[in-house]
Amino acid sequence: MAEPMKIRASMSGDAADVKCLMNHVMETGLRKDAKTGGLVPAHHITNVTATVNGKTVLEAEWGGGIAKNPYLAFKVKGAKAGDKVQISWTDNTGDHTSAEAAIG
Amino acid sequence: MNILRRNVLKGAGAAGAVSVAMAAGLLKPTAAFAGWNKSGFESRDLGTSMGAIGAGSAVASGDVVVKAPDIAENGAVVPVEITSNVAGTDSISILSEKNTMPLIAVFNLSNGTEGFISTRIKMGATSNVIAVVKAGGKVYKAHKEVKVTIGGCGG
Repeated sequence: MAEPMKIRASMSGDAADVKCLMNHVMETGLRKDAKTGGLVPAHHITNVTATVNGKTVLEAEWGGGIAKNPYLAFKVKGAKAGDKVQISWTDNTGDHTSAEAAIG
Repeated sequence: MNILRRNVLKGAGAAGAVSVAMAAGLLKPTAAFAGWNKSGFESRDLGTSMGAIGAGSAVASGDVVVKAPDIAENGAVVPVEITSNVAGTDSISILSEKNTMPLIAVFNLSNGTEGFISTRIKMGATSNVIAVVKAGGKVYKAHKEVKVTIGGCGG
């Protein structure tokens, strides 16, 4: 089961600064298991979607090249304090999670 | 529209078909990217990856800034910040030249999101981090070299 993620959103000037930490192993599928010598199967986030008050502001596609426990930050112009930011991800095994935070 | 998109994506030469469809103006870039760019992400060749995201003919631009450390002690976690000062930036992609699979991420921005992305990537070896920015149908790129002392891609 996917672990929760942390979102922090605050206004800086006329844009909302959104920062997000996700919990994920982000296996590339290229790493060898030290014990068995076999390849560790790929297990990484493939799609990330962020919305502000239900409007999509960011849609990302990721490969295994994003570091473990991914960090993502972006800025949204026109957002206001109190707006709801929702971020969700899906990984290559179909696992998914989402979290919501209000812009402070 | 949705049925067309499904069929296009299902096609054997999915990436080719999509880029042809995009060139023909049949699909908006956001619609074409709604899935996962399998051929781009699984490609082990920089040229193929760049082609798969439609960046084969990207022009180097000083308006795209890649901020990354000069030396990364640990290739498993390399902080990277991309800022695009190009007006109307639609998407930002990140590639690492010498990674086994060079394409790392594609970010499609909409509804007021600024041309700015900050994240952390893995790098297998010392190489250039390449940022590809799409704005108003034009494609720009910029790069910065990061020296990696310990690789982060296994092996």
